[in-house]
Amino acid sequence: MSFPWANHYKPSHPFMVYLDEKLPLPRFVYNAIGAGYPVPRNLNYMWNFGVLAGFCLLLQIVTGVVLAMHYAANSGIAFDSVEHIMRDVNYGWLLRYAHANGASAFFAVVYIHIFRGFFYGSYKPPREMIWLLGVAIFLLMMATAFMGYVLPWGQMSYWGAQVITGLFSAIPIVGNGLHTWLLGGFAPVDATLNRFYALHFLLPFVILGMIILHIWSLHIPGSSNPTGVEVKSESDTVPFHPYYTAKDGFGLGCFLVVYCLMMFYAPNALGHPDNYIPANPMQTPAHIVPEWYFWPFYAILRAFTQDFFMIPAKLMGVLAMFSSILVWFFLPWLDRSPVRSGHYRPLHRKFFWVLVADVVLLGWCGGSPAEEPYVMISQLAAVYYFVHFLIVLPIVSSIEKPEPLPFSITESVLGKDDQAALAGAPASA
Amino acid sequence: MADDAVIDAPPHDADEIGGARRRDFINVAAVSAAGVGALAVLLPLISQMSPSADVLADSTTEVDLSGIQAGQGIVAVYRSQPLFVRRLMPREIAEAEAVPISTLRDPETLEQRTKSGKTEWLITMGVCTHLGCVPQGIVSTQNRGEFGGYFCPCHGSQYDTAARIRKGPAPKNLVVPDYVFKTDTAIKVG
Repeated sequence: MSFPWANHYKPSHPFMVYLDEKLPLPRFVYNAIGAGYPVPRNLNYMWNFGVLAGFCLLLQIVTGVVLAMHYAANSGIAFDSVEHIMRDVNYGWLLRYAHANGASAFFAVVYIHIFRGFFYGSYKPPREMIWLLGVAIFLLMMATAFMGYVLPWGQMSYWGAQVITGLFSAIPIVGNGLHTWLLGGFAPVDATLNRFYALHFLLPFVILGMIILHIWSLHIPGSSNPTGVEVKSESDTVPFHPYYTAKDGFGLGCFLVVYCLMMFYAPNALGHPDNYIPANPMQTPAHIVPEWYFWPFYAILRAFTQDFFMIPAKLMGVLAMFSSILVWFFLPWLDRSPVRSGHYRPLHRKFFWVLVADVVLLGWCGGSPAEEPYVMISQLAAVYYFVHFLIVLPIVSSIEKPEPLPFSITESVLGKDDQAALAGAPASA
Repeated sequence: MADDAVIDAPPHDADEIGGARRRDFINVAAVSAAGVGALAVLLPLISQMSPSADVLADSTTEVDLSGIQAGQGIVAVYRSQPLFVRRLMPREIAEAEAVPISTLRDPETLEQRTKSGKTEWLITMGVCTHLGCVPQGIVSTQNRGEFGGYFCPCHGSQYDTAARIRKGPAPKNLVVPDYVFKTDTAIKVG
């Protein structure tokens, strides 16, 4: 679906006319990310991060497939094969650093993409299906990234696998059996490494499929925009190409500058030095930490140190960690405000920044050792995290008095909209 | 037209049994058979994930205890995981026995966790019951936590001198594997 004023695909070259009859793929692309997709004219750079996330996925698939040509998924030689990539394979160091930093970049842009959604209420109807698919994509990303981190078979890889699969042993009754089944052994073994490799190769393509659904469902209502006011007329939109291909292209250039600075000048800044020690099942590193993008969730996991409502602390931590993402699935129904954008929601806007600060605080605790004061801070921050979504958001959305919305996107951009005058709406000037 | 009339005609009485047509029966039977087939295919797909025969075969370990003095401990390997073999000092045994069982998260006595007459030999998995890290404390110079047993550095679980959970997020005592004393100074685990 698109707006009635969308440009129509008109192939001029005879071959393109022929192709359009037999397999209208160019028409599909034209309507999806070409001049045939009308987009609100007022999108700011926060709307750049979906494209960047898509770019990161392609980057990870391309670098990942070539790394797979040199990597050996066998617990005896996996670590050495990674060193072989780093030292012997032509440009192997570049490809591995591109892939490792690409994962961090992917999460960084996806976090901005998600928080863009929080601020601008992008999850609200009619776009709730896009949001639900997005959360599912994020869960798949987390699984993929975790399994990828196990592949170098260093100390952090091994103990990360031990700890994260250990989460499943917290499930009552079936937990221990499930844990052994997931690992294919009683601890991470060769079978574990092999299955993680197979899944790490598979899941990015599942993510790709999910992204196609995500974009498909986006194209039904069309993109949201910073005012949260729906598109009313042609003057509210511009064609995706060339306007947003150019804007996204510029954003991509800025992103690549930062990414390349990380990759070439600080390639190990976000990694952990212990992962350059081969996996040793007999010795746990003194301080196990996941990669930075899991820190907030890891802090929530560790926040439970006491049994709670008859539920063992371990199970409680696991439930809380999974719930911290599952709660996002309910966001379209927890936030009941008729106004979308944080720009017109004075209270929601403030609590948004409190949430940002809370998640950053959780991340800081998650990267720190499991000792005071970090445990206490994690506990308070974890409580606030859930209070934000389950209590603050529903209450704020019902008591808040939103600021007046512009009549249309055009009015918000130009200061006036002739159609608003015709409709007799008060100009907000 | 004539063909249409034939198709639209009500089914012959012989095809109907209690309102169900022969075609309905074939539908249900075919879908059921396919469903059972799909379930049967799932079995090997799920089962292949479980530990393979070679992993299971490698599941007993023998440990020689003769060189271990009171107060010392060693780490052996059992099922690719660390096994803590610790010879308790009389003071540690007394400490473990002095704890009221009702105060424990996972109530067990030292006697229940060791072999009778061999209370000094505390043999447990070196795997924290929280998320599977290897606790510190098998060597006396490591951090043993507040209760003199083991301390897990990952999430701060603390175990006492009977390797029972006393503080922190772990739900259970360190696991005592199945083992037998083959002689007074040798055990077979698994």
